[in-house]
Amino acid sequence: MSRIERRFAKLAADKRAGLVAYISAGDPDAALGYQILKGLPGVGADLIELGMPFTDPMADGPSVQLAGQRALKAGITVDATFDMVKRFRKETGDDDTPILLMGYYNLVYQRGPEKFCKEAAAAGVDGFILVDLPPEEVEALKPYAAAAGIDTVLLTAPTTDDKRLPAVLKHSAGFVYFVSVLGITGTKAATEDSVRMHVERIKRHTSLPVGVGFGIKTPEQAAIVARHADAVVVGSAIVDRVKVALDDEGRPKGDLVAGVLAFVKSLAEGVRNVRKV
Amino acid sequence: MPNTPNSFRTGADERGHFGIFGGRYVAETLMPLILDLEKAYNEAKVDPEFQGELKSLATHYAGRPSPLYYAKRFTTHLGGAKVYLKREELNHTGSHKINNVLGQVLLAKRMGKTRVIAETGAGQHGVATATACALFDIPCVVFMGALDVDRQAPNVARMNMLGAEVRPVRAGAATLKDAMNEALRDWVATCETTFYCIGTVAGPHPYPTMVRDFQCVIGEETREQMMEAEGRLPDTLVACIGGGSNAMGLFHPFLDDPGVRIIGVEAAGHGIETGQHAASLTGGRPGVLHGNLTYLLQDKEGQITEAHSISAGLDYPGIGPEHSWLKENGRVEYVSATDDEAVEAFQLLCKLEGIIPALESAHAVAHVMKLAPTLPKDNLLVMNLSGRGDKDVPQIAARLGMKV
Repeated sequence: MSRIERRFAKLAADKRAGLVAYISAGDPDAALGYQILKGLPGVGADLIELGMPFTDPMADGPSVQLAGQRALKAGITVDATFDMVKRFRKETGDDDTPILLMGYYNLVYQRGPEKFCKEAAAAGVDGFILVDLPPEEVEALKPYAAAAGIDTVLLTAPTTDDKRLPAVLKHSAGFVYFVSVLGITGTKAATEDSVRMHVERIKRHTSLPVGVGFGIKTPEQAAIVARHADAVVVGSAIVDRVKVALDDEGRPKGDLVAGVLAFVKSLAEGVRNVRKV
Repeated sequence: MPNTPNSFRTGADERGHFGIFGGRYVAETLMPLILDLEKAYNEAKVDPEFQGELKSLATHYAGRPSPLYYAKRFTTHLGGAKVYLKREELNHTGSHKINNVLGQVLLAKRMGKTRVIAETGAGQHGVATATACALFDIPCVVFMGALDVDRQAPNVARMNMLGAEVRPVRAGAATLKDAMNEALRDWVATCETTFYCIGTVAGPHPYPTMVRDFQCVIGEETREQMMEAEGRLPDTLVACIGGGSNAMGLFHPFLDDPGVRIIGVEAAGHGIETGQHAASLTGGRPGVLHGNLTYLLQDKEGQITEAHSISAGLDYPGIGPEHSWLKENGRVEYVSATDDEAVEAFQLLCKLEGIIPALESAHAVAHVMKLAPTLPKDNLLVMNLSGRGDKDVPQIAARLGMKV
């Protein structure tokens, strides 16, 4: 059983949805980014998505674009991202919180999929969410990820109809990520009806847990999604907390880490207050 | 020795690959739409009604066929190969871009789409798209890097007059790459009603194949016209390459004629050795961006680096995947020309032939200036004059210190 599978089994036993907290690796810099990462499980993040900063994040809205730019400016590389995960596992002794790398395929391709998977696994990474690797192209990565014990989480969207859905689900491991709105990250939110309908539809095709993301910005919205999903993904709203804690020159004002973590805590409370029947 | 295929003209395969290149590296949200597009295009391609309508528009609206013109003074000046210019700059809207756009906008109509978006660099593709959308009465939004909005002001005005909305993109270096990112972000939110009209032979499958097919009219006409003029095929083909659509349109119908030497000219900017250039094939390596695997300018990690070219239309860190494949199998030679060489070539063609070439096409002119003198006088060379340079007049005038 992978760390992701164990975590979802535990959430099911606890009769609640999980919170997946997204941060950009090394945002706003390596030291502060690591402090945020380290603090996430303590404030209730059940799974962590660590964004690999990329120059051309085509599926991301302004919030995640800016977060990635801050990290790139701070010199965050793939190696630095792996090091952060390694350090997290070693220093916190946390062997339960899954960490997924999210990003774009070119960074994987340049290192070589096999090498990338081995190094990620050695660092303590549990899953990949690669936005631009649909089922049609995922074979280039999946065998290496599987061999390294890493779950490849695929995305489904409102445009993924019942005919296509099985092909997506067949390739997804750990859970499946439902992109709840048509669009980029951090813009509009889906209605509760739409989330319920799509999650029910996906669950008719699979026993995999369903994580729901895109556009979820507040503890209240997270709680609504938690009624229907197995996990609630929040990203843009979290990285916006980094942004507001920086001055015009990009220097932290006050306790940036505490501000981000307090917000994640409020999201976790929103999610945890919803008991599943 | 690399495996030589039986034909260079059979790609892409059913998964959209040219060898390792191409593919469909897009968000899942777009995947079903791209499959729909592929299906619609495959049906349209063999539908005589669609082809008939496209042909009629090409003839009566765009002004095809474009002339194949023997450039006598240019030839005499260079003292070598016999240089013909394929006059794509005489098309309606001033470049080869209209060939592709008429096809795609017809397809958008056929698919019942109610809005068209496009990215543009120099503005030639944006103007062509705005034109076709005016003709077919479809709302049109063109994404254009803010730097390009400044350096291609005449084209921005043209798009506005044609009723299109131009959205300046300020991200990154504010050029073509960033415009394409923003167009893709719009499309993922609007894909159910919006048709994305890509301007070059790049992007996810089926775009590289579809755009190539629409541009192949250039090479097909050239074959016929050269047979008529000289009774035989040309010996040498030269075209400039940003994404590579004008080049692919000229080259593709000749790929299986082994006697035809084919050369693509990338933009070397300040010089390949300076790192400030837009020559993906010469100075890049394979990677994944904008939906396809192809040669890209990038750092060691795979972060995309900024391209540089004086020509907004070539200022892009990638290239169509079929060009990457043709480079690797050796069928096409890829060279480059610098900003300075292009500006010199621009002026020479103005003075010798009375033709103001687009700065993009001036890169091809620059290579012809190097190559033609080394070739025998009976070498028939065709250069694709892909666009006219009216849009570049303010920029060149400023560079040469002329008052406008």
